[in-house]
Amino acid sequence: MDRKLRCQDSGFWGCLAAVTEVLGCIEVTGCCVIEEERRVRANAREYNEKFQYASNCIKTSKYNIVTFLPVNLFEQFQEVANTYFLFLLILQLIPQISSLSWFTTIVPLVLVLTITAVKDATDDYFRHKSDNQVNNRQSQVLIGGVLRQEQWMNVRVGDIIKLENNQFVAADLLLLSSSEPHGLCYIETAELDGETNMKVRQAIPVTAELGDTSQLACFDGEVICEPPNNKLDKFGGTLYWKDNKYPLSNQNMLLRGCVLRNTEWCFGLVIFAGPDTKLMQNSGRTKFKRTSIDRLMNTLVLWIFGFLVCMGVILAIGNAIWEHEVGVCFQIYLPWDEGVHSAFFSGFLSFWSYIIILNTVVPISLYVSVEVIRLGHSYFINWDKKMYCAKRRTPAEARTTTLNEELGQVEYIFSDKTGTLTQNIMVFSKCSVNGHSYGDVQDMLGHKAELGERPEPVDFSFNPLADPRFQFWDPSLLEAVKLGDLHVHEFFRLLSLCHTVMSEEKSEGELLYKAQSPDEGALVTAARNFGFVFRSRTPKTITVQELGQAITYQLLAILDFNNIRKRMSVIVRSPEGKIRLYCKGADTILLERLHPLNQELTSITTDHLNEYAGEGLRTLVLAYRDLEESYYKDWSERLHRAGSVPEAREDHLARLYDEVEHDMMLLGATAIEDKLQQGVPETIAILTLANIKIWVLTGDKQETAVNIGYSCKMLTDDMTEVFVVTGHTVLEVREELRKAREKMMDASRSVCNGFSYQEKLSSNLTSVLEAIAGEYALVINGHSLAHALEADMEVEFLETACACKAVICCRVTPLQKAQVVELVKKYKKAVTLAIGDGANDVSMIKTAHIGVGISGQEGIQAVLASDYSFSQFKFLQRLLLVHGRWSYLRMCKFLCYFFYKNFAFTMVHFWFGFFCGFSAQTVYDQYFITLYNIVYTSLPVLAMGVFDQDVPEQRSMEYPKLYEPGQLNLLFNKREFFICIAQGIYTSILMFFIPYGVFADATRDDGAQLADYQSFAVTVATSLVIVVSVQIGLDTGFWTAINHFFIWGSLAAYFTILFTMHSDGLFRMFPNQFRFVGNAQNTLAQPTVWLTIALTAVVCIVPVVAFRFLKLDLKPELSDTVRYTQLVRKKQKTQHRCMRHAGRAGSRRSGYAFSHQEGFGELIMSGKNMRLSSLALSSFAPRPSASWIDTLRKKKGGEGSSAGSPSGAADKTLRV
Amino acid sequence: MKNKTSVVPREGEAQPSRCPDNSAFKQQRLPAWKPQLTIGSVLSSFFLTGAFCLTVGVCLVLSANSVREVQIDYSDKCSNCSKLRENSSNWNKECHCSINFTLKEDILGDVFMYYGLQNFYQNHRRYVKSRSDAQLLGRNVNIQRSYCAPFSTYRNGTPMAPCGAIANSMFNDTIDLFYNYNSSVIQVPLLKTGNSWWTDKNVKFRNPESSNLSAAFAGTARPPYWQKPAYLLDEEDERNNGYVNDDFIVWMRVSAFATFRNLYRRLRRVRRFAEGLPAGNYTFRISYNFPVTKFKGRKHVILSTVVWSGGSNPFLGIAYLVSGTAATLAGFVITAIHLKLRKKKTYFQKQ
Repeated sequence: MDRKLRCQDSGFWGCLAAVTEVLGCIEVTGCCVIEEERRVRANAREYNEKFQYASNCIKTSKYNIVTFLPVNLFEQFQEVANTYFLFLLILQLIPQISSLSWFTTIVPLVLVLTITAVKDATDDYFRHKSDNQVNNRQSQVLIGGVLRQEQWMNVRVGDIIKLENNQFVAADLLLLSSSEPHGLCYIETAELDGETNMKVRQAIPVTAELGDTSQLACFDGEVICEPPNNKLDKFGGTLYWKDNKYPLSNQNMLLRGCVLRNTEWCFGLVIFAGPDTKLMQNSGRTKFKRTSIDRLMNTLVLWIFGFLVCMGVILAIGNAIWEHEVGVCFQIYLPWDEGVHSAFFSGFLSFWSYIIILNTVVPISLYVSVEVIRLGHSYFINWDKKMYCAKRRTPAEARTTTLNEELGQVEYIFSDKTGTLTQNIMVFSKCSVNGHSYGDVQDMLGHKAELGERPEPVDFSFNPLADPRFQFWDPSLLEAVKLGDLHVHEFFRLLSLCHTVMSEEKSEGELLYKAQSPDEGALVTAARNFGFVFRSRTPKTITVQELGQAITYQLLAILDFNNIRKRMSVIVRSPEGKIRLYCKGADTILLERLHPLNQELTSITTDHLNEYAGEGLRTLVLAYRDLEESYYKDWSERLHRAGSVPEAREDHLARLYDEVEHDMMLLGATAIEDKLQQGVPETIAILTLANIKIWVLTGDKQETAVNIGYSCKMLTDDMTEVFVVTGHTVLEVREELRKAREKMMDASRSVCNGFSYQEKLSSNLTSVLEAIAGEYALVINGHSLAHALEADMEVEFLETACACKAVICCRVTPLQKAQVVELVKKYKKAVTLAIGDGANDVSMIKTAHIGVGISGQEGIQAVLASDYSFSQFKFLQRLLLVHGRWSYLRMCKFLCYFFYKNFAFTMVHFWFGFFCGFSAQTVYDQYFITLYNIVYTSLPVLAMGVFDQDVPEQRSMEYPKLYEPGQLNLLFNKREFFICIAQGIYTSILMFFIPYGVFADATRDDGAQLADYQSFAVTVATSLVIVVSVQIGLDTGFWTAINHFFIWGSLAAYFTILFTMHSDGLFRMFPNQFRFVGNAQNTLAQPTVWLTIALTAVVCIVPVVAFRFLKLDLKPELSDTVRYTQLVRKKQKTQHRCMRHAGRAGSRRSGYAFSHQEGFGELIMSGKNMRLSSLALSSFAPRPSASWIDTLRKKKGGEGSSAGSPSGAADKTLRV
Repeated sequence: MKNKTSVVPREGEAQPSRCPDNSAFKQQRLPAWKPQLTIGSVLSSFFLTGAFCLTVGVCLVLSANSVREVQIDYSDKCSNCSKLRENSSNWNKECHCSINFTLKEDILGDVFMYYGLQNFYQNHRRYVKSRSDAQLLGRNVNIQRSYCAPFSTYRNGTPMAPCGAIANSMFNDTIDLFYNYNSSVIQVPLLKTGNSWWTDKNVKFRNPESSNLSAAFAGTARPPYWQKPAYLLDEEDERNNGYVNDDFIVWMRVSAFATFRNLYRRLRRVRRFAEGLPAGNYTFRISYNFPVTKFKGRKHVILSTVVWSGGSNPFLGIAYLVSGTAATLAGFVITAIHLKLRKKKTYFQKQ
């Protein structure tokens, strides 16, 4: 099976065959004619070959043995960095320019290319393996009237293939016939859309009769259909057979990737094969996301290039002048190179030479190291036990490895509600039948009481088919059923008939429902327990056990649910012959379509609906309509006709559905409870304290959404006001938004003096709204949102929304979700995160900077589109506050140090240029230059980048404000970059001029010369390695064994390699390469050299320590304070607790950890929040003053008391 | 994985558990040392550093001051010779000059004689690489492929031995020192071997293997600026001849900067000079061969003693004193700032 195995078995020719096979695959897939429509004739390979359709051979691999090297190298050299280094390499081959040996560039370059190539190769190997496995799967193909076993890759368009139970569908097939009656067959589409429930497909009646191979072999129908596309749920085509036309729809198609279930066999005609299948068309590359650090890094690298060119120009001018003034006289000893006739040309050449030796300011290893660090962080996310959900057995997964540090910078979270904030476990909790509401707990404890406090649930033992897990608390509904209330009967009859649930009866009475949505499952289960048991269905019938009596209804039509219709209906014929349409759907839609007779009932039911929604329940309205036989006949005729028109069929159908779902009689409404996920309120509260704004975007109705908002603490009673925007027209929406803004500004005017307010007003809108005092929330409706998102209002909307603490958008479409995210991305320059679990969140997940998928119940489409996935919303706080924060911190520290160390390293050449006639002579040994970045200094900084921690993980949860530096981009920005660069340049100056001062006229202690170039090189190199090692030691805040090993190991490696490179043996082998022979032992034996190194280290490091300490002492970051309080924590424990109580006075929120943070958060806010303008500060000050001053006093007191005994504090540091 | 068809269908959840390991490494709970900058550690490190630097600085300055050194610039003093050398056609004309100087007091101990050059760019890239270490190791190599050009071969193809700009420009003045003692002139005994690094003399430089040295250099020619071939550099001492000649080895170790001094001779402490150089009048007799005026260079001859820290360079000592002082001062400043800050804190608390 495996191609590799085959290669070994059959030797060279086998391999060649395998290769040509793959090449053949490319040729076929490489067809570039754009298809307009597809014509496929069954059993006619020759006819079909005319069109050159893609074969069923799938190729996801990128390379084969022959093309790997060239293609992979080509791809790699498309990276700017790699090309740049290649360019440098080429420059180095020009002898007049070459200032370095070729290997100083080629070794790192080859290393980088090899690492990448090996990674690509392994990836591709696995792709090859899976491709082969897929391509070599067996399927039965009908060829010449006989069924033959063929490999999947040999299946052609137009073939008829036979599938058996539990087999994968080999290509996109038109279902012709199956073992089941009426040509039905069942499939599972988990691989396509992640939904594990079964779906039904049905053959069109004419072909369903073609049961055996001889009939099928004579089948010569021709299908004309749409060209290959990626729409999984749509297909339009027509079958021409025996002079008849038959419309085809998605209902007749079996898509590749599905699995046949509960069906003995079926036959299908291959329509799309291989790369044309919907599955493959859908597996497009996802858009590559970059982090803001990435973008900053790219800008900085460009600046550095500019800087590099500037240095090159300065030195080149220097060279030209030097050669003109000095070099020209020095020519007796050192004539100019051949071809160099003027000082100017010499300067030109030296420009390139300097570009080569100074290129290490941007080392190639930067990009590789960044990737390695991110990979490490991703593994930490995958390994995190605290983000593992034991119930669903799913660990968190970092699906992309390139975004980790951005997790530490998130400012906006866009969350789906269903399945994300809520569990998506639906419980049938209440209903309203004919104006009577059932379901309220008859107990005085109230319906919101905990489970344990409830009375006994209703006993369903009378019904042998009842689901034992179903619980209901109101016995009066069962009474009504038993008493024979016709409305109640009709209500449950509707629930048992109007749905798309599949039932499975493994043994008598043991029913198992497979529902597409949990709502539906809950409703059908409710009907089942109340005695209306849905037992089985066929395409044309539904059998219901009504109060013990089996009744089979004829199913005439299913008017399926979709997002626009927001309702579904069935039309059934009862055994008595009456035709009735049962409909259930969203209240807004359905209430408009009721018969006028229902007015009174409607108003009662609407009251009930509002009541239910107020409790956060999901509601549906149920209605029915009796249809006249003649009317139905006419309608179904038209439906049939509309169905066979391929173009605009959907529209026709929608119009017909619309027509029949009219003048309905209201039956009642159902209310389903939507359970919150674990830990949602706590998570939202902590994230809010971390200054992250959470917007909920949901398809649910407003009341439900607002209620969920309250129950998960997004909205609180403390809020000054909750604005609700529900306008239907542009003007209304604009007016409502304006009012909201005015109210907010009025409030802020009252806290600040009029003058500054006026001043603010004249400046732009943003600053005013950013300075709003008080907490507001905004709830906006889907149709209002549509207006608000229009080009002329979007800024207005955004500013209003951003001034609010919480924003809830309800009734939004998936597209609107993405638009909202896009809007914030566009104007706010903030990092956005979208979290969701369903297919409707995919667009939002893809749009946001970071997409998080909840691997929950609604399928895995969201997960597939996401960058990170886990199974509980509450893990988000850990992902952001712990992993994201650390990743950001580590990446920033890494970048700072990395730029520092390379500037310190490279700029020495620049200074040396002024003393060596600008001749591009390097200061260091060429091996040192080669190895500096990849051996001597790489691992300690990688270890820091992977393992560093400033505060323990518990603290970052306790003090959510620690998250703020990331949002404000404080740890690595242009300013920090210039500080690093300045430090690097400062170091390089000392690194050069101190040895320079020492080495002028220096001699050894035995009188021999010391001021030679090689000794100088060794001295500078050694002090550089020591200084950058000390510096990384200073930067590393978390010394694990690995850090120790890498830092000490790097120093050890430096000296080992130094002595090896300078050893006799290597020199004897390659005298021209290792010309530093004996240098290490001679130079490093001199006390002067060591004193020089020590002085350099002291002078480079001591000022850094001083600055760091002063910054820590005078302007400590929150993390520093937290680290410090760690030290004195025990001492303060009691005091701490008292403070906490003071801080939480008046807060409605309960919970230990919670208020604790709140107290601290206020401290930071009042003291540290840099974005708040003075206006905001002044408005903040009065309210929380008491508590934050307390906090501050305690903190400062602690610091002060320990400062009194410096040595004691130091001791504690060491112990922690 | 982009292609979902490639996923093998799982039969009844084969994996035992997808729960991550509870190891300290994977859970990022590795035991770690978390150093922190505290006032105590910072101040102690500052004062310790300051004390260390001041101590070292004082030692260095004292020892550097104990070095005796005589430095004489002879590039102008021998003006006639320097004029002569400016014209390269006079290369084989001998030119001598003498320079007198007086030592007011004895120079005791080992005395070293250096020649010093100024403005001679031995660290120029093209200069530094213009050598063939394989050739200097006595190997028969094709120097055409080395970086020796244009000093690799003559027009007729005869290779230069040694090749390259460094070897070609070797310092070829001879300097002798005479002691004028009671109107008699005594030549001060000087050692011309043992001046180079041991590794250079014994590892890096080797004469080509042959029965005698002139045969070993057969088929090669001296570099153009040399007056005699390599095998005649020291005719008296077989072990100081050819590539292993000390003067040559010292010259080949190129200097880091354009101003440098190379060890030329050491005082042989015998008889009258057993204690060092006694006070009195001395004369340098210089055979002036090396032209420097053209590139505005200068030549020195230097007599010096050494101490544990090398020669008379005061830089390191002063630098240590300065940084030691700075570190100590910084320590005080930090203390002051910290105390002031603490005062402010107490004030705040009282409010």
